[in-house]
Amino acid sequence: MKNNDAVKKFFIYLILALGGIIMIFPFYWMISGSFKTAAEYNSFPPVWIPGNWLNFDNFTKAFEQAPLMKYFLNSCIVTFSSVTINGFITILAAFGFSRLKFKGKEAVFALLVAFMMVPFEMQVITNYQTVARLNLIDTLPVLVIPFTSSIFYTYILKGFFDTVPDSLYYSARIDGASNWKYLWRVMVPIARPSLVTIMLLNAIASWNSFMWVQLVINSDRNRTIPLGIFAFVSDAGSDPKLQLAAATIAVLPMIILFLFARKYIVSGVSRGGIKG
Amino acid sequence: MQVKIEHLTKRFGDFTAVEDFNMVFDDGKLVALLGPSGCGKSTILNMLSGILPSTSGKIYFDETDVTNVPPQDRGVGLVFQNYALYPHMSVLENIAFPLEIKKVPKEERNKKAEEMARLVHVDQYLHRKPKELSGGQQQRVAIARALIKQPRLLLLDEPLSNLDARLRLEMREEIRRIQLETGVTTVFVTHDQEEAMSISDKIVLMKNGVLQQEAGPQELYDNPANLFVANFLGNPPINNLNGYIKDGYFVLEDESGKIKINNPNVKEGQQVVMGIRAESVAIKDGDHDFEATVKQRYTMGKEELAFLNIGNQTIRVYLSSDYEFKEGETVFVKLRDKGVFLFDKETGVQI
Ligand SMILES: Nc1ncnc2c1ncn2[C@@H]1O[C@H](COP(=O)(O)OP(=O)(O)OP(=O)(O)O)[C@@H](O)[C@H]1O
Ligand SMILES: [Mg+2]
Repeated sequence: MKNNDAVKKFFIYLILALGGIIMIFPFYWMISGSFKTAAEYNSFPPVWIPGNWLNFDNFTKAFEQAPLMKYFLNSCIVTFSSVTINGFITILAAFGFSRLKFKGKEAVFALLVAFMMVPFEMQVITNYQTVARLNLIDTLPVLVIPFTSSIFYTYILKGFFDTVPDSLYYSARIDGASNWKYLWRVMVPIARPSLVTIMLLNAIASWNSFMWVQLVINSDRNRTIPLGIFAFVSDAGSDPKLQLAAATIAVLPMIILFLFARKYIVSGVSRGGIKG
Repeated sequence: MQVKIEHLTKRFGDFTAVEDFNMVFDDGKLVALLGPSGCGKSTILNMLSGILPSTSGKIYFDETDVTNVPPQDRGVGLVFQNYALYPHMSVLENIAFPLEIKKVPKEERNKKAEEMARLVHVDQYLHRKPKELSGGQQQRVAIARALIKQPRLLLLDEPLSNLDARLRLEMREEIRRIQLETGVTTVFVTHDQEEAMSISDKIVLMKNGVLQQEAGPQELYDNPANLFVANFLGNPPINNLNGYIKDGYFVLEDESGKIKINNPNVKEGQQVVMGIRAESVAIKDGDHDFEATVKQRYTMGKEELAFLNIGNQTIRVYLSSDYEFKEGETVFVKLRDKGVFLFDKETGVQI
């Protein structure tokens, strides 16, 4: 019996390990590739581990050949604005739908949820026309404005807000808290794991956004990093080592962000202390 | 503070949860709102706190009409059945929260919160989170939080129902102690008659949203207004014997026995229910009211009880240990004056 379990465990771990390697390998190849010398990169059979992990030549060259720093900064600005503004609006909207009473609430919410079915590609056309008329084409704000609210995140967060017992709300009201105070002092801290999760998802989406950026950004100086790397392939000739270095720079912030947010995402599951 | 409630009514759609409720809660008293589940206790409490708007009627705190005053301006403290502590805040922060909202400086509010924590005996847990406390400790924190802003009225909604039997006993004494120490007018909801009997100055008994009787615990027990009240209070429950009135006698419905009644209010032929408390029955030889057969004996703690058959009806009585008899034996029972009531069968009203 015991032996059987051990065998079972072994195979489970084996499969998980294989899956893990398959997932991680491209990242490893990208990161290691960006530290390789030309000889290492071109050799066959492939060199798995770069000779010098402190060989930053590829990065220096990549930064010389294209304004990667500028792209990176643009991406940071866009992502940060999207995440904060969207987060703020999502919190208010979710609270409204979850807690406030107003006429037609259910109908409006059902309508919004129905809108979720409309694929982004279809919204792009109308969004494009709107921002074009507003004369916002080829500016950074245009990368933020269409994404300042999200039905999906509102839906998720409302779902969480709904699980917070009414008695907490009424307690706070009797303790003298306004809706506003209750939201920020009680609801939001309790919902922090959910909030971190949706903000992280939003950050990743915003950081990786490509189609919309390509559509509305024309000038080099307003490019974000995904577009920048896309252009880099042609701008910088086709040295794959440099491309890998640039790609490494592009994914690094998201990896760091994920590592920081990880403990909140996990604790989102175990939300203790609330009963009934 | 005195609370006066006039013609308070609450409807949910066409369902009436509370109907024409009139009441005065005297200053500094502890009142128990008692009744079976769904009788509208929480509804009344929530209308007092302002969480729930009333359909009609008025609520006065002292002389002020607060019927339309929002909860935060009523100066009430409320403890929910599930305590509703803020899970992300420590005990200290929870207790201090009402003062934080009032923008009391941190040092001052923490000092007050520590004081309150000492009052309810949770001062050694100040830095724990609610989920790291036992049910009884959570409840005390909730009471401290309700008391810190010095409410004029403290409302407790079944605060003990989540606790085990022993802790319940302990906590109800605690609540009484805290209430007496602070002198705050308190309304306490419960469906446990024993709880209500043991700590309150006054009991308000409800049924289906309608007030049945308000009285001190002893008065309520000794003089129930109707059959519902009589049946609701007391453990073991009061015995009901069905019968009718004939020639000044109460006659059992199967005519197996009768007893002389000296109650001027009964009418000839009236269908009645006789309520007999278990302790109001004596088993003895000689002068007696009924003959009965011992159906079954059992013990409850140190008390000995027996089921007796009187005709085709059964009553439950306390036994005194100095009288020996076996199951199946025929005995004579004598009713005492106290704890024996007559109710009209149709209306349930005490005659
Ligand atoms: N929001 C509501 N909508 C419709 N009916 C309601 C609502 N709230 C309460 N009721 C009804 O009103 C009645 C009284 O409810 P209430 O919560 O006051 O009962 P209670 O006496 O506190 O019972 P318990 O001891 O079970 O807590 C119940 O029959 C309940 O179903
Ligand atoms: Mg209730």
